[in-house]
Amino acid sequence: MAVSKQTLAEIQAVAARYPSKQSAIIPALWAVQHEQGYVTDAAMREIAQALGLPPSLIEATASFYSMFLTKPEGRHDVVICVNAPCMLRGADEMKDYLERALGVRDGQTTPDGAVTWHSTIECLGACGGAPMMQVDHRFEENLTPERIDVIIDRLRKQPAAPLAPRHPLPGSPLKGEGEAHAKTAEPAKKPAGPRGRRSQA
Amino acid sequence: MAIKRVLTKDFATENLEQLSVYERTGGYSGYKKALEMQPDELVELVKKSGLRGRGGAGFPTGNKWSFLPKGVYPRYLVCNADESEPGCFKDRYLIEESPHQVLEGILIASYAIGCNLAFIYIRGEYLPQHEALETAIQEARQAGYLGKNVLDKGYDIEVILHRGAGAYICGEETALLTSLEGYRGEPRLKPPFPAIKGLYGKPTVVNNVETVANLPHIVNNGADWFTAMGTPTGRGTRVWCMSGHVNRPGNYELENGTPIRELIEEHGGGVWKNRKLKAFQPGGASMMVLLPEHLDVGLDFDAIAKAGSLAGAGAMVVMDETTCMVDAARRYVKFFHHESCGKCTPCREGTFWMANLFDAFEAGAAKASDIDLLLDIGYNIDGRSFCPLGDASTWFPRSVIKFFRDEFLEHLSEKGCPFKKTVQEAVA
Repeated sequence: MAVSKQTLAEIQAVAARYPSKQSAIIPALWAVQHEQGYVTDAAMREIAQALGLPPSLIEATASFYSMFLTKPEGRHDVVICVNAPCMLRGADEMKDYLERALGVRDGQTTPDGAVTWHSTIECLGACGGAPMMQVDHRFEENLTPERIDVIIDRLRKQPAAPLAPRHPLPGSPLKGEGEAHAKTAEPAKKPAGPRGRRSQA
Repeated sequence: MAIKRVLTKDFATENLEQLSVYERTGGYSGYKKALEMQPDELVELVKKSGLRGRGGAGFPTGNKWSFLPKGVYPRYLVCNADESEPGCFKDRYLIEESPHQVLEGILIASYAIGCNLAFIYIRGEYLPQHEALETAIQEARQAGYLGKNVLDKGYDIEVILHRGAGAYICGEETALLTSLEGYRGEPRLKPPFPAIKGLYGKPTVVNNVETVANLPHIVNNGADWFTAMGTPTGRGTRVWCMSGHVNRPGNYELENGTPIRELIEEHGGGVWKNRKLKAFQPGGASMMVLLPEHLDVGLDFDAIAKAGSLAGAGAMVVMDETTCMVDAARRYVKFFHHESCGKCTPCREGTFWMANLFDAFEAGAAKASDIDLLLDIGYNIDGRSFCPLGDASTWFPRSVIKFFRDEFLEHLSEKGCPFKKTVQEAVA
């Protein structure tokens, strides 16, 4: 599917803010993923055209960064960290529990299309609330089997359209839409658990 | 010693992320004061304060600023918020709790170095923090703190918030600049250093989130106030991210030089489940392991270096007696393998081979000679890699072999991990 005119205009507007239009490649990839859920070769060619750059440059950049998706996934994405600080707090057991609860393997999507999950060795920056997972780019910390059940139950019911603006663009005119999303999906609440403020109180 | 806090002292204030609340705690008074000063005076002030970069290397911030060549414009400030070191979550906390404090620091640094366009490079995973900064930038613009002719002082400054997309390597300053230019995030050869030839080939300063967050307070209270805290070579405070087997993991801001024992035992509530401390790791995934005998070492760049590790980005990963050190090292090595950008051979291939060997130890398929093979691979990566990521991938595993060789031998004799069962029972 073609990238919308609005998104292409946004990409050009963002490019104008940088001293070099090439700097807008990552923001442009975010904008497309934010609109379509993933980034196709055809979309990369459109980005190239909008920025006046060769398509090879767009793909070279896109393929380097692990957060850009090249194929459609479930309505929600769940990433569970298994690096050492999380491992120390039982991340392996939570990962096994998540796998059993979802009934599909690491990297797969549930048959109802609700959740795509995978484990990662890349630290997500919530070691103080380990074990943790990232649900649609929001952190869920201090996981227990019970908490995982509640989260999965919510995700299975929640429609959260893949077109929801999950990835606001820097300085994006879509700011209003981003806020609407924050209200309908996971509220940007402070994660529970003894972190920063609480631990020094 | 009374606990002195600088960055987190107002974090108990509700809604501190809002501009009006932040201003009520004294926010932006440092920036206003800075705008009354000459940029050179600010550089001198920061030099005098002894502030060292909080991103990991501990380079004196004022000196970094003064390396910019005279008369070469434009020049850029880049705030490094690509916090990805396993064990670190302080930048996230500082941004989440007080985005304006970070932004004020960026504005002060920009004015001091004479830059009119600053960037914040934030890791892609920090979406709520991205939103917090975006809102802060908009609020600050409305209040006239950024934009054209700020506060009628004739100074123009614009801040662009740039979102990364999942690459640990982009925390390395030259890789960050390459990524910001739109390329694959591969590091560049130094020299030329970013101060001479950085972003878009122009003079550039890259400062960590925690570093810039200190600036409003230094400007407000003066260099002498700052040098009164901490140690002679480590002024001020640091935010330590404690994780692992402690009762109260979390972020703790402590004066530099505070003994590690105080952090773990008093603030962290000690090792959980009444277990014994086996080891701890300051600095994050990269840094060498330390032992209970090092508990009285001070939290300070130089003291920790003297003890045989590095303070790095301020992580403190605590490991109790049930921890399999081989498995901990295996996770870190797999992390470095996953995150290696592939530019240079020692890191790309070496981390692959180390990860394979660690997997073999855990699976019970390793040979006795594999311990020395691991060390050999380590020696051939360290000092031969293009950037510090490669070097750092070897420090923790090599230190684990040094202090816990017997655990590798147990993995050989038991044909697998002797801790697996204990760990599973511990969590259940």
